Amino acid sequence: MLETGSVEALQHYARDLSERIIPRGVETHEVVGIVLLLRDVLARSLFEKYREDFDLLNRVLDAYEPAANRIANTVAVSFVEQRERVIRDQQDALLELSTPVLQVRERLLILPIIGVLDTARALQLTEQLLHGIRAHRAKLVVIDITGVPNVDEAVANSLVDTVTASRLMGADVIITGLSSDIAQTLVTIGVDLSKMHTVGDLQGGIEEAERQLGFRVSKVPDDH
Amino acid sequence: MTTDGAGNTLAPLPASILTQGPHLIVSIHTALDDEQLVRLQRDLLDRVGSQRCRGILIDVAALDVLDSFAARTLGNLAYMARLRGARTVVVGIAPDVAMALVRLAVHMPLVQTALDLEEGLQWLSA
Repeated sequence: MLETGSVEALQHYARDLSERIIPRGVETHEVVGIVLLLRDVLARSLFEKYREDFDLLNRVLDAYEPAANRIANTVAVSFVEQRERVIRDQQDALLELSTPVLQVRERLLILPIIGVLDTARALQLTEQLLHGIRAHRAKLVVIDITGVPNVDEAVANSLVDTVTASRLMGADVIITGLSSDIAQTLVTIGVDLSKMHTVGDLQGGIEEAERQLGFRVSKVPDDH
Repeated sequence: MTTDGAGNTLAPLPASILTQGPHLIVSIHTALDDEQLVRLQRDLLDRVGSQRCRGILIDVAALDVLDSFAARTLGNLAYMARLRGARTVVVGIAPDVAMALVRLAVHMPLVQTALDLEEGLQWLSA
């Protein structure tokens, strides 16, 4: 490869190598270590070969060193790029999976949010919810945030935005599952959620929504 | 052709206004410019008085843009109509439009919104 000097071929080779070794769980330092080791071994062999003629050795090293460094660089960068690509794919997949908009009764949707909520995710979630409202002709939405570990000011405000946008589409929102920690945080940072309709837990939220929509759920007595 | 106060002819509004019992059904076909919005507002308010309307329903389902002026005009219309005894409901706001309005922090506190024509009529009749 040193002889052909084609950078594209080298990059292709490095990418191919990374794709093959990443699934096997190779660490970055191992890959870089191997490449650097190869570079040093090759350098030693050059010293060995040209020890008689110091000028020639110098000229050979002039050509060799940039090429070898370039190879090491390319392999390391490809390795990291490949890893980043994997992480990006996983993030995308996670984003898709993490915000289901579910219909539990006619015209009643639930949106269980699990995991860390940031403004980007809140925005994406709002978008999905609004399309869900239109598709299911929803009148009420229960957003459950039991699975959200913490809420800061920005997230609280984007929740308010979600509720406002839903109202514009004619759907009311009930928020459930505000933990005591989150409630305390919200009071401390002074976010005003008084205009939002909140109920303690998801069950309570669904019951309240059913009441508003005119459903009555009753237990069927056992026959035996 | 309608004319303005000075006798100039004005192009017809790209919106139809239908009477349905005690309600006015306004369907906006394409985005209105500021002048047209003001004209629509005045037109509707006149009709509320002359036809003794109890409710106005504005269908914006055909719009993919609703700027802050339009939102404010609709809000003002709702307030003025209420002063003259009619309730106003805006229906058919598209998801993207709703997102944009929220992001622009345009609030329409006095405007009732509903999903579509059917829901809006139900709310007016209630």
